[in-house]
Amino acid sequence: MKLKLDPRAWFAGTSQEFQDAYGQPGTGKSTHIKFATIAAMLLAWWLVTNLDLVRPLFVPSPEMVFGKFVKISCIEHYWQSAMVAVGAAGDVAVECEGFSENPLHMHILWSLYRVFISFFLAVVTGIPIGIAMGMNRYARGIFDPPIEFYRPIPPLAYLPLTIIWFGIGESGKIILLYLACFAPLAISARAGVRSCSIEQIHAAYSMGATHNQVVRHVVLKAAMPEILTGMRIAIAFGWTTLVAAEMVAAKAGIGVMVLNAARFLATDIVFLGIIVIGLIAFVFDSLMRWLERAFVPWKGMM
Amino acid sequence: MTAILKVEDVSMVFPSHEGGSVTALNHVNLDFHPEEFVVALGASGCGKTTLLNLLAGFLQPTSGRITLHGKAIAGPGADRGVVFQKHALLPWLNVIENAAFGLKLQGVRERDRLAVARENLELVGLTEFVNYPVYKLSGGMQQRVGLARALTSDPEILLMDEPLGALDAFTRENMQELILKVWKRTRKIVFFITHSVEEALFLATKLIVMSPRPGRITHSYDLGFSGQFLKESNARRIKSDTEFIKIREEVLSIIHGEEVDELEARVR
Repeated sequence: MKLKLDPRAWFAGTSQEFQDAYGQPGTGKSTHIKFATIAAMLLAWWLVTNLDLVRPLFVPSPEMVFGKFVKISCIEHYWQSAMVAVGAAGDVAVECEGFSENPLHMHILWSLYRVFISFFLAVVTGIPIGIAMGMNRYARGIFDPPIEFYRPIPPLAYLPLTIIWFGIGESGKIILLYLACFAPLAISARAGVRSCSIEQIHAAYSMGATHNQVVRHVVLKAAMPEILTGMRIAIAFGWTTLVAAEMVAAKAGIGVMVLNAARFLATDIVFLGIIVIGLIAFVFDSLMRWLERAFVPWKGMM
Repeated sequence: MTAILKVEDVSMVFPSHEGGSVTALNHVNLDFHPEEFVVALGASGCGKTTLLNLLAGFLQPTSGRITLHGKAIAGPGADRGVVFQKHALLPWLNVIENAAFGLKLQGVRERDRLAVARENLELVGLTEFVNYPVYKLSGGMQQRVGLARALTSDPEILLMDEPLGALDAFTRENMQELILKVWKRTRKIVFFITHSVEEALFLATKLIVMSPRPGRITHSYDLGFSGQFLKESNARRIKSDTEFIKIREEVLSIIHGEEVDELEARVR
């Protein structure tokens, strides 16, 4: 068997080469390449740290990060507790240390709680306001200036104000995340209202529809794809604002965990926190994409 | 025979972009009698779509009046079904739900409205596709769903705005025959807009030729090719008939003549 030396040949079949040559550039599957990239990144990380090319203070090794994960997630503690509970072991030998007085899952749950409460509040207010803006010029005139003014401002810039106004408790954090989620939802709902065609509206009227029926059965249904896209953007935006929201006086939260770890130069926990934040964001996005496929399969088809 | 739908001295003026006004229709008169298939033919800008929108009730005439059974049209209604050039189906509903949509709006029970929709889908030959998502159908089949949907409220009049304009030539001929069969079965008044002279002659019992700037009706023909087709079912023979070709050339020369006149006027 001849050894293929050209790395392109490992990934591309002949028909793909043909497509690349004469078709639209950049078509074809890339999943296997993505997995190869992830593996290469992990390998590079492992090599760089295990060959002592950088000090662990700057880049901790994967083993160290995994060790910290085991330690602060208290897996052993809970496992032993479970064994005790079913009577398989005498007592719990390993105490739960966690980090910043909380085990990992408490940090994650606190952050999820804040993001989801804020996202939920933004959904139940932002979508109706956006729809009103799309359907009524007075609503558009009233809400457009404030939304367009605050939307491009980075949440970190108005964080001090939310603290001054709403205090250092949960409400200030939730307001900040709420504002981050609100604008994309309102704007997408407003755009969504415009996405049905005049023919669809006329068709409904010519079948005897009332104005309310047109709104309910045509305009709002046609707005669904845009609204779901807005929800996807909003939850991602809320999640990226999380660390900022938890900067001040949060006891637990994945963002506060990273910030506290940085204060103690615990780079391994910073790494762990960043990986967890990234993975959760990925899960959110996959979930929203699944929702889009399930609820608006016609998106982009007509 | 008395006219059911009457267009009396209707003019329609729109404000133009330059601040002036455009006369889309200028003193148009037209009667629709029972079982008539009226086809409007003309170049772009001759006001045929404006006329259809007036009949549908999407627009109100600037002057003159349009009456249905003697009553002025005051907006769109279920007594006038519309088929659009772009099918305008609702992609979140499947084929039968789209076809039953009009009855849903009127609050008809689900079982009853699906039964009516199924009947109309059978009429347009889509029995096997009732549960398909509409976005997976071909253009011709989507247009059939559009036709079935317009029939569901059992309107007295069918308004068709270039419904076959976006279809390929073969699908288009099939659809012409289908529309005639549906028309024969349902005996509705049809108002049909097209750019194609052959299509117009084949379908119409009354052909009106319209002319732009200002939009008006210049010629009117009473034709019998559609009735002939429904008797013999041989479209190719009718379209190659000497009489058919003679009228086709006559209508073409009218439309061409106008274009030449207009070009000359512009050159001068």
